[in-house]
Amino acid sequence: MNYTSHADLGGRDMPGRIVPEPEGERFHNAWEPRVLALTLAMGGTGSWNIDQSRSIRETLPAYARMSYYEIWLAALERLMVDRQQVLPDEIEAGRMLYPPRETKRVLHATEVAAALARGSPTVREVAAQPRFQAGDRVRTRAGHVEHHTRLPAYASGKVGTIEHLHGAHVFADANAQGFGEQPQWLYTVVFDGRELWGADSASGLRVSVDAWESYLERAAS
Amino acid sequence: MAHDPHDHDHHHDDDHSELGAMDLRVRALQSVLTQKGYIDPAALDVLIDTYQTKIGPRNGARVVAKAWVDPKFRDWLMRDATAAIASLSFTGRQGEHMVAVENTDDQHHMVVCTLCSCYPWPVLGLPPTWYKSAPYRSRAVKDPRGVLAEFGVSLPDDTAIRVWDSTAEVRYLVIPQRPAGTEDWSEERLAELVTRDSMIGTGLARAPGAGE
Repeated sequence: MNYTSHADLGGRDMPGRIVPEPEGERFHNAWEPRVLALTLAMGGTGSWNIDQSRSIRETLPAYARMSYYEIWLAALERLMVDRQQVLPDEIEAGRMLYPPRETKRVLHATEVAAALARGSPTVREVAAQPRFQAGDRVRTRAGHVEHHTRLPAYASGKVGTIEHLHGAHVFADANAQGFGEQPQWLYTVVFDGRELWGADSASGLRVSVDAWESYLERAAS
Repeated sequence: MAHDPHDHDHHHDDDHSELGAMDLRVRALQSVLTQKGYIDPAALDVLIDTYQTKIGPRNGARVVAKAWVDPKFRDWLMRDATAAIASLSFTGRQGEHMVAVENTDDQHHMVVCTLCSCYPWPVLGLPPTWYKSAPYRSRAVKDPRGVLAEFGVSLPDDTAIRVWDSTAEVRYLVIPQRPAGTEDWSEERLAELVTRDSMIGTGLARAPGAGE
């Protein structure tokens, strides 16, 4: 396996308690809001897409040992270094040593509110008709893929029911690899807890994922 | 690259010199990016201020309270949450495609992102630390009742639980049950009962008269 995500945690036996947190608590270190802002501002240059950014984060070797904003910072540096926008010795020096690369745009202070309010919708038009409709039984793709994907391991190779069609959306797997948006129909697929976790699963538990059409094949009903 | 903070074998939460080092490192990066003309430093301040003071769970609380008092809005929200929520001016980044799910006596909903930290920013703001943590992301889909217990929430045995794993760009907002004894309450007052956790499904709306 060449591509390994360290972020696919659903159903795994991860140690530690869940620590509830007051609503007003947003950051735990002074540098964290700055990492958030730098990430959003550099995202605003249009140099990469959100799926490429997630792919870099989930493959950071130290992922499990890093805090959330440490992951964001390390990924931001990687994304920029990969594009030679910033080189490691510049990060060390804390100043520009090489001329800048051209970016598509710069996010200016006056444009922030509008850019956030607009977001980046992922719905697209596609010519193909959806293969499935609500109520259809489907089996999800089984096994490992050698790239970023959004089908969690716990929901791989499982039989569930199509609950909702969300329209066609940018296909994360392709977009993360720089192959373009390649939009596909996106469905909510719901699984019975016992299908995912076996006979001991809590009764009445159902879990759903949002799955692109190529993750799915028809299952006997 | 020598900037991985985990080259060192100590814990970042406890070590103040390390906090200082991270702060310097982030400032240094900001200088480089500013010198290169990639970022407008004033934009950073606007971004930080936006998520510290403007976009947070009070937005979502307004959506929920309106759904509680206005049946037409509630129907619209359940049918087309993106449009209904946009009518209150909550739109955009990490909330481009919204779905609302409603708790009842029979059905409780809970939201997670097992793959990263997807969360409906326009209505809830930035996710709390636990939402992004390995314990929550690993357990929510397998043992939601155990997770709820860690939040001090216990549901009747016959309440079914539905967990929504946000694996694409659709973002989910839980509409908690309206507390009893609030029949003649105003929308504004009701919104104060709507906690962030109740809109993720790890909590319930506060009962009238209950404290924080």
